[in-house]
Amino acid sequence: MDWTRRSAAELVEALAAGEVTSVELTTAFLDRIAEVDGQVRAFLHVDAEGALATARASDERRAAGELLSDLDGVPIAVKDVLTTAGLPTTCGSKILEGWIPPYDATVVRKLKEAGLPILGKTNMDEFAMGSSTEHSAYGPTHNPWDLERIPGGSGGGSAAAVASFQAPLAIGTDTGGSIRQPGAVTGTVGVKPTYGGVSRYGLVALANSLDQAGPVTRTVLDSALLHELIGGHDPLDSTSIPTEMPSFVEAARVGAGKDLTGVKVGVITELRGEGWQPGVMARFDEAVELMVSAGAEVVEVSCPNFVHAMAAYYLILPAEASSNLAKFDAMRFGLRVLPEGVDAPSAEEVMRATRDAGFGDEVKRRIILGTYALSSGYYDAYYGQAQKVRTLIARDFEAAFAEVDVLVSPTAPTTAFKLGEKLDDPLAMYLNDLATIPANLAGTPGISVPSGLADEDGLPAGLQVLAPALADDRLYRVGAAVEALLEEKWGGAILDRAPELKGASA
Amino acid sequence: MSGLDERSTELVSFEEALEKYDPAMGLEVHVELNTLTKMFCGCPTEFGAEPNTQVCPTCLGLPGAMPAVNRKAVESAIRIGLALNCDIAEWCRFARKNYFYPDMPKNFQTSQYDEPIAFDGFMDVTIEGADGEPETFRVEIERAHMEEDTGKTLHVGGATGRIHGADYSLVDYNRAGIPLIEIVTRPIMGARDRAPEIAKAYVTQLRQLIVALGVSDARMDQGSIRADVNLSLAPKGTGGLGTRTETKNVNSLRSVERAVRYEMRRHAAVLESGSSILQETRHWHEDTGVTTSGREKSDAEDYRYFPEPDLVPVAPSREWVEELRGTLPENPTQKRARLQAEWGFSDLEMRDTVGAGALLLIEETIAAGTTPQAARKWWLGEMARRANETGTEIDALGVTPTQVAQVQKLVDAGTLNDKLARQVFDGLLAGEGTPEEIVAARGLAIVSDDGALGAAVDNAIAANPDVADKIRDGKVAAAGALIGAVMKEMRGQADAGRVRELILEKLA
Repeated sequence: MDWTRRSAAELVEALAAGEVTSVELTTAFLDRIAEVDGQVRAFLHVDAEGALATARASDERRAAGELLSDLDGVPIAVKDVLTTAGLPTTCGSKILEGWIPPYDATVVRKLKEAGLPILGKTNMDEFAMGSSTEHSAYGPTHNPWDLERIPGGSGGGSAAAVASFQAPLAIGTDTGGSIRQPGAVTGTVGVKPTYGGVSRYGLVALANSLDQAGPVTRTVLDSALLHELIGGHDPLDSTSIPTEMPSFVEAARVGAGKDLTGVKVGVITELRGEGWQPGVMARFDEAVELMVSAGAEVVEVSCPNFVHAMAAYYLILPAEASSNLAKFDAMRFGLRVLPEGVDAPSAEEVMRATRDAGFGDEVKRRIILGTYALSSGYYDAYYGQAQKVRTLIARDFEAAFAEVDVLVSPTAPTTAFKLGEKLDDPLAMYLNDLATIPANLAGTPGISVPSGLADEDGLPAGLQVLAPALADDRLYRVGAAVEALLEEKWGGAILDRAPELKGASA
Repeated sequence: MSGLDERSTELVSFEEALEKYDPAMGLEVHVELNTLTKMFCGCPTEFGAEPNTQVCPTCLGLPGAMPAVNRKAVESAIRIGLALNCDIAEWCRFARKNYFYPDMPKNFQTSQYDEPIAFDGFMDVTIEGADGEPETFRVEIERAHMEEDTGKTLHVGGATGRIHGADYSLVDYNRAGIPLIEIVTRPIMGARDRAPEIAKAYVTQLRQLIVALGVSDARMDQGSIRADVNLSLAPKGTGGLGTRTETKNVNSLRSVERAVRYEMRRHAAVLESGSSILQETRHWHEDTGVTTSGREKSDAEDYRYFPEPDLVPVAPSREWVEELRGTLPENPTQKRARLQAEWGFSDLEMRDTVGAGALLLIEETIAAGTTPQAARKWWLGEMARRANETGTEIDALGVTPTQVAQVQKLVDAGTLNDKLARQVFDGLLAGEGTPEEIVAARGLAIVSDDGALGAAVDNAIAANPDVADKIRDGKVAAAGALIGAVMKEMRGQADAGRVRELILEKLA
């Protein structure tokens, strides 16, 4: 029995039925990591010892009938942007090489309190800046569908770990699409919850007003299970929402019944058309037809300000990031580089040398952009203007959700591109987040569900479902329905069509 | 640079400065709140703990850590705002003030920028008018906003304690994140020759208000209340504002006055020499009474403020604000008038009391069971003298109103006279215990027992036969000399009234 091929929900059942122990499961995933991660490079750090200890404790609890949660004993991988007490946290940056945080992020604490063995920390674009995981200081992650291609970014490590069966569940973070876009290009499910739905405490901030942690899984139901576990109010994060959320698992189970009668679906006019890969659009159009066949009412909806979302995003993000990254000053943690040829360097000289060596090009680029955008005399023209656009985008959503229950679009305009292809063209790289960014600006939730394989390259494409703030349950209802309908059409999960990795036993 | 070294610049006299220029002042007072926990995390705020023992990921600015606002600090900020007659914002935010400094963990300070919690207030400051009558000067408050304190750096190895020449530097982050309220005045114009006096009176009265509100220890010597003095001069009668300097580290009430006076004279000297004033930060030196140049503050300094995205806006409900208004202490001006009437103090006595910062102390001493005159005598006589000698404030001496009242009770009971009471205060300052314990341990009680006094009186008469004869002849006034002799023998501990009676009895 290859446990690594099962969904988390199936593993929960197998554990409950006594067919497998958590130690066996954890061992199976650790073996898979040992077998294939040399090619995929999804992990920056693997904690076999810690994961097995947690698994042993879980098995003991199960024997005593004292489970901590539904997912007790199911292993998980965590993006390296969340702090883990006693485990390295690098954010994909040299500047944090060797840093071991003294505390757990709230999400990590919740995973530990729920009894999930943490397999390790996954690779990412440095400080989550990028759409391809090529900006990691520790080298790129490879897409399990084609090792010469990118796994998406910035959470390419988490998506690739799940897509290559190295982990059944993973945690990602989504600032402009970093959960959903990697999900789309690796054939996995990725959810960006409502802003404030999952605590940001311990999430090393890229852009505080946009960042949101969420699940990366193989199925919609698995995401719902994980989302319920990590969500909820956290007094340590004052932006976290104190209200109770509806049940996501319940919504996913309803959706799996493939009935969308009475659901009004809006297709966003601005997120389709020229520049979108035909194979991606074909899969999207088919998915929309399936929704109609399941009883959904589909209408075209215009969100006219979405065309400005990218520009606003690339002002707000660097502005906040430039301030967040100021703390990396070589004084208290992480890397410290002494300038060459200076006898008694000043604090400023040490800071300069450390940052020069410790930050990558993309990070430096965005710090400069952000510093400029916040400078006196430019604030109103750039940051202030971007915030106004943000308000307009939120109004577009409000107007659209007055008409429809959910909005849909392809998650990313193309399938995975080749490693290195867009590395020298930051603007082309940024275009990948075109469809995902509006939800971050508005604080609304979104999910990416695999929509099939593009005809021209045989690579996965994603369908994005967007809902109003606090209505995350709609993502699970519609997402689970689309997933079930597509499985029926494709004769199984899309991820099962991924090529077996070289050197891995079948 | 102006080309003028401030240490070699001849200051012009204060009077001369005023002949040609009008001063404009701005005062920025930082108050460290006495909340139990820090502004944005749950760390304790106790003063004087071992370095870096009161820290957590949030106040250390570790990657991933986030702030959450301390409700008690917001409450204190609102109460201060209300007491300063400010409007309280219905909705305001924190902002990030971005700059690099080693004692600032995140390299930005979480503060309030264009949206302070309190704004548009005033404080009526009472000073002595030209005719000796109390006169009120209104100081307008621009804003009172919330922010966090920074850590403290210690430079080790250099001769001066400054960073230059130091071998290494240590940082203590215990203070990082302690809540601060910064109270900023509008430019204070029209103060003319009263500017130094008004500055001191404003800070004094503000400090009294803070103490009365119970929101801070307001100890200038411990830095829990700190004043920055902005000053500029404009040509007389033009009503404008000149280039200003900001003098930091002004750490006593007396220094506020001195710093304003010094900067007025220095500005005038620089302007008279044909140079212009540099907009800069200056440091105040308590020992020499001068300011020296700090870093230059130019337009190049850009804090890149933007709203703190990790914190939700602060939106105090009107009900809460009104509830807090109900907790305010009595208006200081009204309170003063009431107390003056109750205590029967003259205008002069009251002014001296307020000037010495003794109002609250006297009030508490009276509450502990003494007469107003007795309380005033001890605080303005004895304590003010001692504070002056040791260069501190009277409430920082370490003698409490309760102790003063206890000493006075011993005087009233005839156990002590004033001279002996002063020795009890010596004992209190040396930490020798309660007044009663000190009287017992030092053997200070007055002797009124006729046996012991009689022997001393006999000795005095025997030693001064001439004086005794005069008294026998009816010159009763001469008894003073014999009383003095008895006192000397009894080391001041004789009951003077009884001694006089015994002398007159024996020589009748």
